[in-house]
Amino acid sequence: MVLVEAIILAVLAASTPLLIAATGELVVERSGVLNLGVEGMMIVGAACGFAGAWLTGSTFIGALFGIVAGTLMALVFALMALGLAVNQVATGLALTILGVGLSGLIGAGFVGERITPAVHLHIPVLTDIPLIGRVLFGEDGFVYFSIALIVGVWWFLYRTRAGLILRACGDNHVSAHALGYPVLRIRTFAVMFGGACAGLAGAYLPLAYTPFFIPGMTAGRGWIALALVVFSSWRPGRLVIGAYLFGAVTILQLHAQGWGVGIPSQFMSALPYLATVIVLVLLSRARTGGSTAPAALGTVFVPDR
Amino acid sequence: MQLVLEKRAERSNTIALVSPLIAIGLTIVTMVILFAILGKNPLLALHAYFIAPLTDGYSLQEIAVKATPLVMIAVGLSLCYLANAWNIGAEGQFLIGAVAGSWIAVKTQGTDAGAWVLPAMLVLAAAAGALYALIPAICRVKFGASEILTSLMLVYVADLFLDYLVRGPWRDPHGFNFPTTAEFDPVATVPLLIEGGRLHVGSIIALLVVAAAAILLGRTIKGFEIRVVGAAPRAARFGGFNANQLIILTFAVSGALAGLAGIIEVAGPVGHLQPGISPGYGFTAIIVAFLGRLNPLGILIAGLFLALTFIGGEQAQIAMKIPLDVTKVFQGILLFYVLACDSLILYRFKLVFPNRQVARGAG
Repeated sequence: MVLVEAIILAVLAASTPLLIAATGELVVERSGVLNLGVEGMMIVGAACGFAGAWLTGSTFIGALFGIVAGTLMALVFALMALGLAVNQVATGLALTILGVGLSGLIGAGFVGERITPAVHLHIPVLTDIPLIGRVLFGEDGFVYFSIALIVGVWWFLYRTRAGLILRACGDNHVSAHALGYPVLRIRTFAVMFGGACAGLAGAYLPLAYTPFFIPGMTAGRGWIALALVVFSSWRPGRLVIGAYLFGAVTILQLHAQGWGVGIPSQFMSALPYLATVIVLVLLSRARTGGSTAPAALGTVFVPDR
Repeated sequence: MQLVLEKRAERSNTIALVSPLIAIGLTIVTMVILFAILGKNPLLALHAYFIAPLTDGYSLQEIAVKATPLVMIAVGLSLCYLANAWNIGAEGQFLIGAVAGSWIAVKTQGTDAGAWVLPAMLVLAAAAGALYALIPAICRVKFGASEILTSLMLVYVADLFLDYLVRGPWRDPHGFNFPTTAEFDPVATVPLLIEGGRLHVGSIIALLVVAAAAILLGRTIKGFEIRVVGAAPRAARFGGFNANQLIILTFAVSGALAGLAGIIEVAGPVGHLQPGISPGYGFTAIIVAFLGRLNPLGILIAGLFLALTFIGGEQAQIAMKIPLDVTKVFQGILLFYVLACDSLILYRFKLVFPNRQVARGAG
């Protein structure tokens, strides 16, 4: 029982950064923009988040640093891909390459330092309930926030007028523009939201997942978050399932090493990446009838005046 | 105030030529600011980055050695990008090529195998790189899975596979527990061009690759097809060109070139297989491809320039204690400026002030 509880806790912790980053990217892609720079924004968020927490001793301020850093990176992307109509794939790649360098530069002074990890909630009676108490009422703030975030995004996309307009921009930017909606401005806000989420997801890693910073600590999670958006067919509900499935694969891999399964650790570590490839293939195959992607995804829009 | 893009009647060829130079100029200005923020003398730093490596023979050779894999990979990537196929997993194809070629080197170690070893290594590496690149290409063509994500995921897989081999079955028993294979035999190493120098035959191969790509793109129907499919997919469909077939072809070629670059790096400058054989060549090659305007000759120049930044970065680290990551920041910023300046080829930038909008509307 203790083991089951430990595994569930570990899966939640491993899934949370994926869920936060993928939620942000879901909104971005729903507005019609493909930002491949999630990994870059995450890794800068991780470095800035750690720096913020180390300098102030506060997890909360560290998380804010991560959010601001991710948003600033996203603004660079928006200026390029939306303002200058540059190819979104290339710009996203550039953002990741830049992010890896910046993160190394910012984080260089913090390698080897330690901080106090994010505190876990403790409600006297509830948290002490065996099995479910710790799982439901003993998480860190990020876990609860990630769930609130995806619920909020679902409500925004499907239950508000603004969400409807955002989806319209993603499906047909020419019509949305003709109806008088400021397509580029809406997309810029969506991209900034995605950046804030990616930055927070990155900051989660040194603030709650491990209490230290190492260069390259995002280890491709940003790319897995991008794959999760495809996995979810651009729907918030499926995104939650996908994120927790991937968190489970990651933890399976870690625990298999601990249990002394006779498979080399590198093969187990490759599992989440292989799983991503397989999932992408299976899902894309199941969807041959018609794509569920936003119709304008990744296309350049230059309003004529 | 608002930035507005206005489509040019036709693409500006003048700007197409000068835009990489504008981009480099803007990058250097940005770097000066960054050096100042880091508290380093910008002029000395620029000298260490761009001038010092050009002043002695050893560094010049080192630049050519570093440019070799960059140019080979970037030429392959440019074919993909021209055909609108997004291979961004060249790093993985590079590693798999290195692994496949090293297999022969490891198996023939100390067995008096003849001169066939190196050619066999090169062929096997190219084949392995091509096969590895075909995985995302086939997933894309058959199942519609995004080749961007699958090719990238396979980078991590290749990295872990290499790590497993050099820590496990291929580890040198006399290697003091370092994760590396034994040094390759002389028959399994790429010969040097200058005795006692660093320049090796791989650089000649890279030049041949550039020439071959220039002929393919400029003089053959296949090259024409690649460019049409990328630039005008609809026209290509009417022309009966098969876009899927070109995705497979360009991925296979770029994978083969990346694999070849991988084994040349391992059997040349490195001399054995170990983790960290690539300082991100596969990703830097993306920058090289764009900076070189997806044109073989441009890529050769861009590859030499990016190699200069690697060597300059090392020198700046030694001489001025500037962190190595500055090189990566530099390369990222350069790619941004290159892409932004490219926008000038198709569009004119205009600053619009809101109070003038009425007048413009009337006119």
